[in-house]
Amino acid sequence: MTPAPRARWWLLYPTLMLGVLFVLPLGATVAVSFFRRVQGALPGPAFALDAYARALSPFFLERLAVTLGLAALAAALSVLIGFPFCYVLTRKPRRRQVPYLVLLLALLSLSEVIIAFAWSLLLSRTSGLSNLLVALGWLPQAVSWSPGFGAALAGFVFVALPLTVLTFYPTLSRLSPDYVEAARTLGAPPLLAFWNVVLPLMRAAIVGTTILVFVFVLGAYVIPQVLGRPAQWTLPVHITDQAVLQSNLPLAAALAVVLLLVSGVLALLAARLGRTQEPS
Amino acid sequence: MKRRTFLKLLGASAAAIGFGGSLALAQDRSLRVGVYGGYFKDSFDAHVFPRFTEETGIRVESVAVPTGEAWLVQLETAARAGQAPADVSMMAQVPLRRGAAAGLWTPLDESALPNLEYVRPPLQTRDAEGALVGVGAVSWFITLVTNTDVFPEAPTSWAEFWGDHPNQLGLLALATNSFLLEITARTFLGGTDALDTDEGLEAAFAKLEELKGNVQLWYRDEGQFQQALQSGEIPMGQYYHDVTGLAAADGFPVRSTFPQEGGVLDWGSWAVSRASDKLEEAQAFINWFSQPSVQDLVARQVGTAPTVERTFLGLSDEEFARVSSDIDPIVPKYELYLERGDAINQLWTERITS
Repeated sequence: MTPAPRARWWLLYPTLMLGVLFVLPLGATVAVSFFRRVQGALPGPAFALDAYARALSPFFLERLAVTLGLAALAAALSVLIGFPFCYVLTRKPRRRQVPYLVLLLALLSLSEVIIAFAWSLLLSRTSGLSNLLVALGWLPQAVSWSPGFGAALAGFVFVALPLTVLTFYPTLSRLSPDYVEAARTLGAPPLLAFWNVVLPLMRAAIVGTTILVFVFVLGAYVIPQVLGRPAQWTLPVHITDQAVLQSNLPLAAALAVVLLLVSGVLALLAARLGRTQEPS
Repeated sequence: MKRRTFLKLLGASAAAIGFGGSLALAQDRSLRVGVYGGYFKDSFDAHVFPRFTEETGIRVESVAVPTGEAWLVQLETAARAGQAPADVSMMAQVPLRRGAAAGLWTPLDESALPNLEYVRPPLQTRDAEGALVGVGAVSWFITLVTNTDVFPEAPTSWAEFWGDHPNQLGLLALATNSFLLEITARTFLGGTDALDTDEGLEAAFAKLEELKGNVQLWYRDEGQFQQALQSGEIPMGQYYHDVTGLAAADGFPVRSTFPQEGGVLDWGSWAVSRASDKLEEAQAFINWFSQPSVQDLVARQVGTAPTVERTFLGLSDEEFARVSSDIDPIVPKYELYLERGDAINQLWTERITS
């Protein structure tokens, strides 16, 4: 006997919330991207493709490529550092894990602005890390590492790392030590056991986390403009310029739609590639 | 303050007796004024608005408004619904003109503004029909700034940017907020009118491309550059004269110089939303604010440059130098950005900040 459908009205709640919080704003963005930009006046409703013509110009396509490349690189580095870190962390006794988790959560709560400014000081010529290297005699004189490619990448990875570790944490916590013990019993050295047993088991989690971090970094816009040179100004920096400083909402919206579509397709592709046979 | 308390008491007691009408009206005159949030709003709330209320009896409710064009969009959207989130707003020049083209501002009645004669003519903005829609409120200068530890001698010309200073400059990131095209035209091309022709614009871009190697930071965030200038990390660049002066007064090794070609003059203007029903009060405020004595007050208390000719001002030489200069300023080509802003910004991002 099935309950009357009337009693299931609350099942609409997720649909409703998604509609209000996600579909409506997105719909507005898509609508604005088709508005016509009138210079010297305010944009009005229309159906124009001018904004897309500019959003898909060689300049912005090159910016899109740079944005995707930087985000992919930052995501890959974060996973490379974060996964082994999290694996070692979850092998520790529970109470020894707590301080690390608290620290990671604290880092996650820092705003992008604070992180960007902290790194710009750390990498500056006048008060940065290079002075330490000079004191140690490893460098002839202090140098400025910010703004630049390395500084922007460091900022991205620093923002993404806590998220990466905390995303891996539940899955790795549940990973039974039996797998590695079995491999060790059969004669595999620790690193080989990690490589041949742990990694394949964790493939889905690694792909999933990489996509999550990639999308997370994609949205950062303070870090590239504070730590990067113009060559590292990602699409979100240009979207902010157009929306806030140049009041060109149609172009800002069109750029946002392009970024959303391209990153969505890439995430879907990666998810498809990452499908694994779940160990039964 | 005291007078107002007295009136309130009087009004309250009169209302209690049952004939508060006329008194309530007299003290009900109020005006919502939009000024940039943060330092500006705090200074105006502390030093400017109370004095206006004291002299006219009109109560001011200040509204913090974002700089740039966001406020224009909000005002326009509200005006379509017949509402005015602020009666008078301080507007930057490009949004002011954009609003004028969209018919957002109420034309001002010049006969109600006798003090307009003091306001420098370039700071009076008229729409296509010639009606007055914007009156200069406060102005500020972008000047050549240097770290005094790194540069013991003050530079004298904007041409210094093109000198032998690899990776030492901090410049504003956009064509429309750095006004570097105007600076280049005044310094090398005989004046800003060179930008009116395509050849002149191209010449300015070509000249600017030559200094790219000297630029360490194209900044959007003022705090980032100020910090770098103070520490000597980025020892030269363009910045705001007033803020640099404050930092120098705080003991930081920085200086602001008006180059021989002039500083860049930028300003905010008072404009009245067409949806406001407080035109009379708004004009009373704009007229009051245009008095030389009020401009003196604002220059001393807020640190902005007066919109009034120097001859009318009561500022001492030292007070005047703190906020302004007698060198003929570089006035931005706002009309150029209004008509061709997108094309210029596109060229800028492709050729200059790349």
